[in-house]
Amino acid sequence: MQERLKELQEEAIQKVEQSSSLKELNDIRVAYLGKKGPITEVLRGMGKLSAEERPVIGALANEVREAIAAKIEAKQNQLEEAAVLEKMASESIDVTLPGRPVNVGSHHPLTKIIEEIEDLFIGMGYEIAEGPEVEQDYYNFEALNLPKGHPARDMQDSFYITEELLLRTHTSPVQARTMEKHNGKGPIKIICPGKVYRRDNDDATHSHQFMQIEGLVVGENIRMSDLKGTLDVFAKKMFGQDREIRLRPSFFPFTEPSVEMDISCKVCGGHGCNVCKQTGWIEILGAGMVHPNVLEMAGYDSKKYTGFAFGMGPERIAMLKYGVDDIRHFYTNDVRFLKQFSVEE
Amino acid sequence: MFVSYKWLQDYVDLTGVSANELAEKITKSGIEVEGVEILNEGIKGVVVGHVVERVQHPNADKLSKCQVDIGEGEPVQIICGAPNVAQGQKVAVAKVGAILPGNFKIKKAKLRGEESNGMICSLQELGMEGKIVPKEYSEGIFVFPADAEVGADALALLNRDDEVLELGLTPNRADCLSMLGVAYEVAAILGREVKLPETSLESLSEKATDYVKVVVEATEDNPLYVAKMIKNVKIGPSPLWMQTRLMSAGIRPHNNVVDITNYILLEYGQPLHAFDYDRLGSKEILVRRANDGEKFVTLDDVERTLTADHLVITNGTEPVALAGVMGGANSEVTSDTTTVLLEAAYFNGATVRKASKDHGLRSEASARFEKGVDPNRVRVAGERAAYLMAKYAGGEVLEGAAEVDTLTVEPAVVSVTLEKINRVLGTGLEMKDVEAIFDRLQFGVSVEGDTVTVTAPTRRGDIKIEEDLLEEVARLFGYDNIPKTLPIGSTTPGKLSEYQKKRRVVRAYLEGAGLYQAVTYSLTSEEKASQFAMEKRDFIRLAMPMSEDRSILRLSILPQLLEVLKYNSARQNDSLAVYETGNVFLSNGVDVLPEEKEHLAGAITGLWNNHSWQGEKKPVDFFVLKGILEGLFAKLGLTERVAYVQAQVEGMHPGRTAEIRLDGSKIGFAGQLHPSVQKDLDLKDTYVFELSLKAVLGVETEALQYQSIPRYPSITRDIALVVNRETVSGTLKDIIVKAGSPLLKEAYVFDLYEGDKMEEGKKSIAFSLKYVDPERTLTDEEVTKVHDRVLEALKEQAGAVLRG
Repeated sequence: MQERLKELQEEAIQKVEQSSSLKELNDIRVAYLGKKGPITEVLRGMGKLSAEERPVIGALANEVREAIAAKIEAKQNQLEEAAVLEKMASESIDVTLPGRPVNVGSHHPLTKIIEEIEDLFIGMGYEIAEGPEVEQDYYNFEALNLPKGHPARDMQDSFYITEELLLRTHTSPVQARTMEKHNGKGPIKIICPGKVYRRDNDDATHSHQFMQIEGLVVGENIRMSDLKGTLDVFAKKMFGQDREIRLRPSFFPFTEPSVEMDISCKVCGGHGCNVCKQTGWIEILGAGMVHPNVLEMAGYDSKKYTGFAFGMGPERIAMLKYGVDDIRHFYTNDVRFLKQFSVEE
Repeated sequence: MFVSYKWLQDYVDLTGVSANELAEKITKSGIEVEGVEILNEGIKGVVVGHVVERVQHPNADKLSKCQVDIGEGEPVQIICGAPNVAQGQKVAVAKVGAILPGNFKIKKAKLRGEESNGMICSLQELGMEGKIVPKEYSEGIFVFPADAEVGADALALLNRDDEVLELGLTPNRADCLSMLGVAYEVAAILGREVKLPETSLESLSEKATDYVKVVVEATEDNPLYVAKMIKNVKIGPSPLWMQTRLMSAGIRPHNNVVDITNYILLEYGQPLHAFDYDRLGSKEILVRRANDGEKFVTLDDVERTLTADHLVITNGTEPVALAGVMGGANSEVTSDTTTVLLEAAYFNGATVRKASKDHGLRSEASARFEKGVDPNRVRVAGERAAYLMAKYAGGEVLEGAAEVDTLTVEPAVVSVTLEKINRVLGTGLEMKDVEAIFDRLQFGVSVEGDTVTVTAPTRRGDIKIEEDLLEEVARLFGYDNIPKTLPIGSTTPGKLSEYQKKRRVVRAYLEGAGLYQAVTYSLTSEEKASQFAMEKRDFIRLAMPMSEDRSILRLSILPQLLEVLKYNSARQNDSLAVYETGNVFLSNGVDVLPEEKEHLAGAITGLWNNHSWQGEKKPVDFFVLKGILEGLFAKLGLTERVAYVQAQVEGMHPGRTAEIRLDGSKIGFAGQLHPSVQKDLDLKDTYVFELSLKAVLGVETEALQYQSIPRYPSITRDIALVVNRETVSGTLKDIIVKAGSPLLKEAYVFDLYEGDKMEEGKKSIAFSLKYVDPERTLTDEEVTKVHDRVLEALKEQAGAVLRG
C-alpha cells in the first residue's frame, strides 16, 4: 500500500506539472483528492490493515494528499497568474487616443491683467476700491481739478447723459470719492480698477469703452521718491526684473508734479524698433503727486497731507504683454482669442 | 510743434549736443520729443543746375529737352516732364547716380529716343509734403533764386541738411509753441544763454497814429491791440531761408509779408495779421463782438454767419477779420499791396476757441491764442515783424503804433521752503541747487532763510502755486536722480472685500465648469437695452451718442452675450459656453445717479460633451445649465436657500424656464432661449441664465462649521411614486423632507418615467430616501414608522401612490 501511495503521488504530481489550464488542474484535483479518488480508496481500505500498520499508512496517505494538494495550489497560482497576464495583454489600449474632454473656461485677458495688478498691490497693503460707472460731473472733473470750461472736458470727448451726469472718463472719481469718505484723514492706499468710456470711434487702437486701473496713496509723509519706488516694484514684477524704467515729467490736471513712466522695450532691448517707435522705450502709465487742489477739495489739509496717484490701461498692458495687435479683440470675445488665455503663467 | 535743429541754433549754442542727444534731454526734462526727422535722409547727389537751353522734345508733346549746367564741365542733357521748366532757371538736379526718397536711383535713360542724364526735381520728389510746397511750384519743379550757385548742394540750399524735433506738448507748456520758448527751455536744460532776435530799426518820422485809429469795444476779449504801419512794401517771395524754415515747420510759404507774419508766429508764438491798408476802406480799426447773423467772407472765400459770441476786427463798420482765427477776403494782402497794417494783439483764449470751433477753423494762430500767448511778447513780436518787413519786403516802418492797452500783466510770485521741496520729492537738495535751477530757467529768485521766492516770467503762465515750483525743481534736477523709496508710516492691511473675494470665487468656479469669461459693452441699442431685463425702468440715454447701436445703457447682460454666441457661431464655433459679470444700469430719474447693479449672466449652446471617437455627444440642456448653477450655489453655501420655480420670461422657452429665488425673493432666471430667438440668431439650442450677482453675493452666509460624520449605518428605502404629470419633483421632495425629518438625511430622484406604460396623464418618479440617526443604529421598525409617515404625507398632499 505504501508503494501504491508513492506511485499515486508521483503520478499525480506529474499530471499537475503537465496540466495547462485551470480546468485540467481541477479535474486532477477531483481525480486524486476527490471522494472517489484513489487516495480515499486507500484510506477506505485501511480497515483491513493491522493496528501497527494503520497509523503509518494513515500518516503516509495524509502526507501524499498534502503533497499533491500543495502542488496543485502552486500550479494553480502559476496558471492564474498566467491567465491574468494574458487577460491584461488582451486588454491593452492605445494611450495616445484623446481623453474624455473636460470643459475648461478661463479669465478674460483683461481680468487676468487686472487681478495680477490687484494681487501685486494687495501684497503691498492696498485695498481695492470700486465706484459707479455713471458719474456726476463733479467727481469726474471738478473734484479732480478740471473746472467747468477746461478744454479737457469737451462735450465731444465724453458720453454725457445730462449736463450733470456722464459715463466716467477715467476711474479717478473713485479716488475722489474714497478721499471724501475718509474725511480728511489718512492713510489711504487703494487700487481702483474698472470700465471707463470716451467718445472715440472704435478702431485698432481706440475703444469707446475700455478698462483703467489706478492707484492712490495719501498720507502724512508720502514722497515722490515713494511713487518712484512703488512704480519700480510694479514694473519689474509685471514686466520682468530685467526691464528698466524711466520717469519723465508730464502734465495731468490732477497731479503736480506729473510723471509718465516708460519701460525699456522688450522686443529690441532698448536699441529701437517698430514696437517702441525707435525710442527704445514704451509708455506704460501716467502718475504724479496728487494736486493740492484735489486734496483740498476732498477735505485734506494739503499742508499736512501729500499723496501720489498712478493710472494705466489694462488693454495696453495686455497688448504689450501678450502681443495683441487690435484693441477690438478684447470686446469681440472671439473664442479663438479667449481660449489662448486659459494658460496660467 | 516742429523744431528745426539748425534754426534753434540762432538762439542757443548747441555745440556738442546732437539733435538726438537734445531730443533725449528735452524728453527727460518734461517735453516729450515724439520723433526726430532727418530731412535729407536717403537723398544723395542733388545739385543746383542752370537750364541753359530748353527745347520741345521731338517725340513727345509734354516733355522738354533741356541742356543743364551742373558745374561739371559741359552741360548735360536732361528730359523733363514738368510744365514749368524754362530756359535760364536754377533748378534742383538729381545727377546720374543720385538717390531720391524711397531708394529711387537715378540712372542714364532714354526717353522717347532722347538721352536723359539725370532728373530735374520738384520739392515733392525731394521728400517734401505737397501741402507745404509753395503753390507756384506745387505742380512742377522748384526754381531757385537766380543767385544760386551752380553745382552747389541743392539740399543744403533748401535747408534739408537739418533735423526736425517733433515736440508733443502738454497743455501747460504752451510757452514752447515758439522757437524762443523752446530756446529758453533748452537753455535751461543745457545751462546756456538765450540770444534774442534783432528788432531795432529806423522808423520814418510819420506816425502810425496818423494813419489809423484803434478802438476796442470788447476789452475783455481783446485787452491789447497794437497796429503798426509799414509803407511802400514790395510783395514778392520771401528769402529762401525763411521759406525753408517755414516748410520745415509745416507751413506753406506765400509771399514775403505773409511769410513774415508766419515766421514770427513760429519764432515768438505770437500770431500776427497783415491787412492791406488801402483795402480796409477806412482809417479805423474797431474791435467788437459780431452781431447775430452778421455775414463775413474769410480769406478762404467761405461766407461765415457770425453770432455775438464771436469777436471781429472791423474797419469801423464791416468786419475785416475774425479775431485770432482768420482774416477777411476783403482786406487780404495781395501782390498789389503797398501799405500794410500789421496787427499784434492779445485775444482771450476762450473767445478764440469758441469762434474756431464754431467755424471749424483750427489754425496755428487760433491754437496759440486758445492756449494763451505771452502778454509781454505781443509788442516785441510786432516790432520784429516790422523789422523783417523793412529788411525783406522793402518796407518803411512808421513810428510807433496805434494801440489800445487795457492789459494788466502781473508775473506770478510764488514761494516754497527747501524743507517742503525735499519732503515732497524725497530728495536731499541744498538751497544753492534750487537757486541754480531757477537761475537756469531765467526765473527771478530770492532766498530768505529756508524760503525761496520765485518770480516766473510771463511766458510761463503755467507757474502758479508752490507745487509748480516743485515740478520745475524735480524735472531740472532730473527724475532719474530722485531716489526710489517705499511709503513709510502706519501700515494698512491689503485685502479684497468679502464681495470682491466671492466674485473671484464665482469667476473661478464658472471657468472651472467650462465657461469663458466675456467682457462686452455697456452701451447698447434701444431694442436690446431692455431684452431680458429683470426690472423695467426708463432708458438711460446718452445725450450725444456716436451711433444708435451704442446709445443706451444696458438693463441686462444677456443680449450682449447672445451677440457673442452669434459672432462665434458664424465662425464655426457653434458649441460655446460664456459668462460675464458686469453692471446693469437702472434709472432713478433724470440727473440722479442710476442704481448700478452687478449681474452675472451665462449662455451655453451646441454640444456640451463631444467625445467623438467614443461616440459620446451630448447637446446642452436645461439640466446641464442647472447643474452649473447648483454647483455655484453650493460653492457659495446657498444650496438650501435657493429654489427654482417654473416661470414665463419674455424671450425664453415658455416650458423650459425657471425663476431663481434666494430666500424666497427673485434673483434671476434660467432656461432655454425661445426657439424663435434662437432662430433669429442662427443658434443651436441655447440655454442661458442671468442673475443679480449683487443679491447673490450680498447675502449673509453662516460661518463654516464642522458637522460630525455619522458613526452609525444608514438605512435606504427606494420608492417609485405615481403622480399627475403636472406634479413637479420639487413639490414631492419638499413633502418627503418635511415628513421624514429629523431621521431623513437625504432624498433624491433616481428615476423618472413618463412612457406609454403609464396611465394617461400620469408619470412615475422614483426617490431614494436615506435615514440615519447620528446617535445609534436605527431599527427596521423605527425606519418603517417614519417612512410610512412620509408615504402618507405624499398621498395626502400630492395624491402620490406607490407604483404597483
